[in-house]
Amino acid sequence: MRLSVSDVEKCVGCQLCMFACARRHKEAGLARSSIMVKSAGGMSNGFRVVVCRACETPSCLKVCPTEALTLREGGGVNFDASKCIGCGNCQDACPIGAVFWDYEIEKPMICEHCGYCVQYCPHGVLSLEKEED
Amino acid sequence: MLKNDPLSNVLYINLSDKSFYIKKREELFEKYIGGTGVAITLLEEEIGDKQIDPLAPENPIIFAVGPLNALFPMASKTVAMFKSPHTGNLGESHCGGRSAVSIRLAGLGAIVIRGRSDYPVYIVIDNNKVYFRDASAIWGIRSSFTVGKILRENEKGSGYRTIMRIGQAGEQMVSYASVTTETYRHFGRLGLGAVFGSKMLKGVVISGRHSLPVLDRITYNKIYNKIYKETVNQDIMKKYHDLGTPQNVLPLNEFGGLPTKNLTERKFEFAEKLSGEHFAENYLGRRLACSHCPVGCIHIAALREPYEDEPYFYKTSMISYDYEPIYAIGTMLGLNNAEDFLRLMDTVEVMGMDVMSTGVTLAWATEAYKKNYISKQDTLGINFEWGDVAQYMEATKLIVKQPNDFYKALAKGVEYASSIYGGEEFALAFGRNEMPGYHTGPASHLGYLIGARHSHLDNAGYSVDQKIIEEIAPEELAEMLIKEEAWRQILSSLVICFFARNIYKPSVVSDALKVSDINISEDKLLELGMEIFRKKYKFKFNNGYDLKNARIPERVFETESPHGFIKPDYMRNVLSFAEKILKNE
Repeated sequence: MRLSVSDVEKCVGCQLCMFACARRHKEAGLARSSIMVKSAGGMSNGFRVVVCRACETPSCLKVCPTEALTLREGGGVNFDASKCIGCGNCQDACPIGAVFWDYEIEKPMICEHCGYCVQYCPHGVLSLEKEED
Repeated sequence: MLKNDPLSNVLYINLSDKSFYIKKREELFEKYIGGTGVAITLLEEEIGDKQIDPLAPENPIIFAVGPLNALFPMASKTVAMFKSPHTGNLGESHCGGRSAVSIRLAGLGAIVIRGRSDYPVYIVIDNNKVYFRDASAIWGIRSSFTVGKILRENEKGSGYRTIMRIGQAGEQMVSYASVTTETYRHFGRLGLGAVFGSKMLKGVVISGRHSLPVLDRITYNKIYNKIYKETVNQDIMKKYHDLGTPQNVLPLNEFGGLPTKNLTERKFEFAEKLSGEHFAENYLGRRLACSHCPVGCIHIAALREPYEDEPYFYKTSMISYDYEPIYAIGTMLGLNNAEDFLRLMDTVEVMGMDVMSTGVTLAWATEAYKKNYISKQDTLGINFEWGDVAQYMEATKLIVKQPNDFYKALAKGVEYASSIYGGEEFALAFGRNEMPGYHTGPASHLGYLIGARHSHLDNAGYSVDQKIIEEIAPEELAEMLIKEEAWRQILSSLVICFFARNIYKPSVVSDALKVSDINISEDKLLELGMEIFRKKYKFKFNNGYDLKNARIPERVFETESPHGFIKPDYMRNVLSFAEKILKNE
């Protein structure tokens, strides 16, 4: 399964997905969210939804020095916090800014493609896709 | 409340010496929850019984959020409290956008801005620090949209921040200048923008993405999901998402309560051209939402206009529209098509003024001009005429520029302008604040007078008029309006958007607060709401508001309402009862 931004034009910028992601990580607020919605240079231009695209050859994975990141089945990465030294290479490497940073523990946060946020997107922006065989 | 909840942090900023500190105020938030309850208490602390000039450095700007902000959907509002330069009395204005979530997740419950800078500044609040940035090069920029672009590019925190700013109207201290956030949301009413201007404060950028504590995660998720399901149910989405607030235009016109041409009429022959349906079908370009609100009630029109002096050159403007602006600068000015409305709306936004006060002021000017209370010499050649948008756009710019006594007077609103030039009987202000868009019957106008903000949303008198058509006993109506407003003090202490008022019933509020370990029964909430309302009235009475003798413009009695002609004696009776209740006599 893979989280997909199916139609960003429908996004109203409510950010409910961000709050949902944080709740999924057992938190209220926004410190632990792996998805972000921001205006595309002002509200009049609509929005950008920044979230992991589940790459087949992830940029973040290639620069991880400790094997804290491993390739996830179906694309993207799995994260093992116990192996992470908080170097931040993964965050620098991602060209779309989808590696978020948890400033409270100084480690990355990357979407796990669980699809929890999809349940809280009432406008049909996000969807969960099955990988094609 | 939870010991580690950052809500009790109050940030004090002094613009005079560019200093700041944060003080823990648990006792304040434990007693008054947050939002409006905390803000009025902070205003009392700052001003006390002193009679201050609203444009003097002693007038504080207070922002407050509440415990439900950033925890639950549709808790999306920030309360601003100050002494109003427009009414000379209590100033309270609410705004959504990203403001509430940003303040709450910056780890703050309230912000108090004191003093005055001796040069233009904007302030940045980020990670427990305040930065004072020199805004000299931004001061005086023609369009408030440009100011927004500059601050957006200068500062970090995209997606997690609010950018509050004023336009030229605020700089020039037009008494009804607004503060804009996120391009399309406003602290619109009662002149917060002028208070910013008086302090040489061009903007405030606040970013925050902290986490918040909850008592018990499972209960939190359960209550969250219950509220979420109700917010995305069909009723509320249909009402506010599909057409948005302009869906009101046609029903109100049909009902005969749509103020038109300075309320000389109550139906508008071109209402269809300004209806929510017409805008949606022809101009709707985008819908936006406040942070943490799934509804997305903000409607933005795309207006494509050719340049007159260059062939095949066009500009496309994205302009927000809502019911109240459509009434104030649309039907009140007799604009008979959507494009004219959008052009004037854009001018008002560029200048950064409260659109409702602007529209009602221009409507008064038109009638005063046509009745020769003012001359063409006063208007500097502007030929005020219903429906003539070009004249209204020019006049709006002149109100900001204030080149002569007449425009200086208009920059203070209709109550003041009519006290100089005459025409009080058709100067549509209540408590010195220009009227909202409902001539639905006595309850709407009484609601404006009784409401602490003189807003239709204070106590929803317009809704009483539309639901109950037979006459209500004066005492009973006074009690109804006050009871509604008392409850809304709680909603605006949390701070919930009033559009969610049917979801956040007392029992739901009581349950939601338990998540933050705030235990307060439904009865206690209602009592506290009344206490907060009375605190506001204490401030209002202290500053000279005379509720029972408040001026009611004669026009309200002259133009028939859906309830027939409104009776002055009846209105006075209700006001007397209301004053007794609010004075606790």
